[in-house]
Amino acid sequence: MSLDSKIPKGPLKDKWTNYKNNINLVNPANKRNIDVIVIGTGLAGGSAAATLAELGYNVKAFCYQDSPRRAHSIAAQGGINAAKNYQGDGDSTYRLFYDTIKGGDYRSREANVYRLAEVSTNIIDQCVAQGVPFARDYGGLLDNRSFGGVLVSRTFYAKGQTGQQLLLGAYSAMNRQIAKGKIEMFNRHEMLDVVIVDGKARGIIARNLVTGEIERHSAHAVVLGSGGYGNVFFLSTNAMGSNVTAAWKAHKKGAYFANPCYTQIHPTCIPVHGTQQSKLTLMSESLRNDGRIWVPAKLEDAEAVRKGTLKPTAIKEEDRDYYLERRYPSFGNLVPRDVASRAAKERCDAGFGVVDNDTNEGVFLDFAAAIQRYGKEEALVKGISDASKEEITALGEKVIETKYGNLFDMYKQITDDNPYKTPMRIYPAVHYTMGGLWVDYNLMTNVEGMYAIGEANFSDHGANRLGASALMQGLADGYFVLPYTIGDYLANDIRTGKISTDTPEFEAAEKKATDEINKLINNNGTKAVDYFHKKLGLIMWNKVGMSRTTEGLNEAIAEIASLREEFYKDVRVPGEANELNQELEKAGRVADFLELGELFARDALEREESCGGHFREEYKTEDGEALRRDAEFAYVSAWEYTGKPSDAILHKDKLDFENVELKTRSYK
Amino acid sequence: MSAAKKLNLTLKVWRQKNGNAKGSLETYPLKDISPDSSFLEMLDILNSELINKGDSPVSFDHDCREGICGSCSLYINGEPHGPSRLVTTCQLHMRSFEDGETIYIEPFRAKAFPVIKDLMVDRSAFDRIQHAGGYISVNTSGNTQDANAIPIEKEDADEAFYSAACIGCGACVAACKNASASLFVAAKVSQYALLPQGKIEAKDRVLNMVKQAEKEGFGPCSNTGACEVECPKGISIENIARMNREFLSASISK
Repeated sequence: MSLDSKIPKGPLKDKWTNYKNNINLVNPANKRNIDVIVIGTGLAGGSAAATLAELGYNVKAFCYQDSPRRAHSIAAQGGINAAKNYQGDGDSTYRLFYDTIKGGDYRSREANVYRLAEVSTNIIDQCVAQGVPFARDYGGLLDNRSFGGVLVSRTFYAKGQTGQQLLLGAYSAMNRQIAKGKIEMFNRHEMLDVVIVDGKARGIIARNLVTGEIERHSAHAVVLGSGGYGNVFFLSTNAMGSNVTAAWKAHKKGAYFANPCYTQIHPTCIPVHGTQQSKLTLMSESLRNDGRIWVPAKLEDAEAVRKGTLKPTAIKEEDRDYYLERRYPSFGNLVPRDVASRAAKERCDAGFGVVDNDTNEGVFLDFAAAIQRYGKEEALVKGISDASKEEITALGEKVIETKYGNLFDMYKQITDDNPYKTPMRIYPAVHYTMGGLWVDYNLMTNVEGMYAIGEANFSDHGANRLGASALMQGLADGYFVLPYTIGDYLANDIRTGKISTDTPEFEAAEKKATDEINKLINNNGTKAVDYFHKKLGLIMWNKVGMSRTTEGLNEAIAEIASLREEFYKDVRVPGEANELNQELEKAGRVADFLELGELFARDALEREESCGGHFREEYKTEDGEALRRDAEFAYVSAWEYTGKPSDAILHKDKLDFENVELKTRSYK
Repeated sequence: MSAAKKLNLTLKVWRQKNGNAKGSLETYPLKDISPDSSFLEMLDILNSELINKGDSPVSFDHDCREGICGSCSLYINGEPHGPSRLVTTCQLHMRSFEDGETIYIEPFRAKAFPVIKDLMVDRSAFDRIQHAGGYISVNTSGNTQDANAIPIEKEDADEAFYSAACIGCGACVAACKNASASLFVAAKVSQYALLPQGKIEAKDRVLNMVKQAEKEGFGPCSNTGACEVECPKGISIENIARMNREFLSASISK
């Protein structure tokens, strides 16, 4: 099958408008006869479910959590970008588009990204109308801050809880439709397969996680807003339940999986503390507005810090290496995430790490300078002319507390260290996956009637996502893009009538799902699911993580395949299939990660260049920066499933850049 | 990060096969727990021991493990989310406990939160309260007015944010001797009552949400303030006062 990205003709800035003017619409009476299934209730799925129901479609929404409000979008901290230019600092739709293309290292699709930038402003308007309490200044207007990879302040925020507030906004819009009966909500349900009838996605098989019952649900279209697959690394900032199952099952039913190797390793997370650790915690990128990143300039100081014999605050200014400010003077601490993460790894590999664990992985994020700066400012504002050092520090700490209080509390809780008095210790961790199901301009996968939105698709962030852009994309897809594009498709379905679940296709899909569950339950091996998940995570982190080599990737592919074999021989899943069984849930998810992991490594091996979050040691510039190979690799890798990950077929969806010149990214 | 001494503990955990079964407290000794582990990581360790022994692991709700999704619950030594203040169970760390301590772990208890299995309860009553009015009736059009068209006093915006920070975990209900959902309902009512966008539907909202909470079997406010003490997000009981004012004025005028 050849891939058609279905990008509308015409100038970039008119594409979306012209598209909307020319698509088919479904009349309101007919919408009542059309059903849509939405998987996942994060920012993408939640906003899509609410909007489709407002339009009049019958929506069935599914989430594995006990309430749609708990989807992991809720944990997003820093903010959401929009080209409002409220600050008058030179922002525009074009600039947001350009920053996103450049930030993604020229591996995303121009038309999709431009549309994203175009609708970004509507998102803020919509959210304010819903009652989302964004931060405001004393004049009552919306406040902004800055994020990595850009030179303007376009990020709207609600303390360090922006994702929570935006998700509660989408949840409230869903609640209004649930109350009206337009959304039927299925909490504690997990999608186990998608059902294809005559080449079209027509329903799903789901498991009721409380009773264990396997259910059939039909619809005229299926929308996957099921998030990313960062948990293939076991340790990540994802929620414990975040998984690839819905997307992977869709892939096995024909949907191409695009750029699986593009993973975002976020530079500012709390370092790993031990082998019993279950997850990693992010410290928002917004902290890099005020925090300065450094390591000791002398190896002996780094060692003393690790041993605990030297306090970081005792290291003199000239003995510190503010390596981001040194290497990237124009962007400084606000370089994009991939660049900041690699720079941290480079310093730690060279022996300057400051955390006492196996790999000494950790650097400082220091607020002392910001505390002094804000303290002096506050003293002036308050008219205190002879403020003592202590007073200034206290005033400055107060300002930092209002800005980042919840993050500082969280850090203190986890590490037992006080970040107001001593620098935070941070290290990169897996955070987000830019890859996902391949979609065209309509956000439809190559399977008719199956859509992928938000982190579940691949389209907008290229090889590296900029901070505060995930929330933007999730809501753009769900509120403003999918509701148009899906209508164009469903206009052909007004005479179809209700889709029956009493067909051989549903029968077969249900049998397959049941068989897979029984196989896991009856396996009676000797090792718990986590044993395999942790092993997979280590392979991924060591060989498919921040730096990748041909040798390491080949090893990873072989190791993952043999781990998968061992899993099916030796996994033990206690309990029954027909009851609430959290180990069974985990087992199904890990089984899918064990397949995805191999494709992920294969994709990384095939892409013989470095771009964004994908860094191949063989392809770097003299000063260690990523070396892209545009002539050979300016395409999207879309993988077709043919039976097992090692036999997947690569399809190349070429990226045409008509509006942006491909350059080597520079943040120097 | 401290390299402090490992903890040996005795756990008393509520086990209940399903909603219809009778439950009881079971005793499990647990050794060598790092004080840097989180409470839920400690339960992970217990579960892996149980699985290795061929026993059934303890079911409990959890997801983000960052204190924001509101999935985790647990009544630990008689307090929702355990002994630390302003912390959810997933952010509670074992350094808050002593070596040799006996820890009682039970589900949140309330008539409106029936037990599903072990430590998991059904909190869908909270969703239904939100369905009754926890929203502003605005469609997604892309044509709402500009976000800066209505300035909102910083103080009101901040106050609305603090109310909106509720994570819907249900600790307020578990802490209340009446199993009242007043703090939860009040937080949502307050968020909208403080913002101009929410004023239009304010009267119906408060009446309907309070009515739904009663229907779900939550009790009346006990006025003891236990909810505020135990709330992991520090939601203030001033919200309840605001809700009561809203409710009274709506009842008179409607």
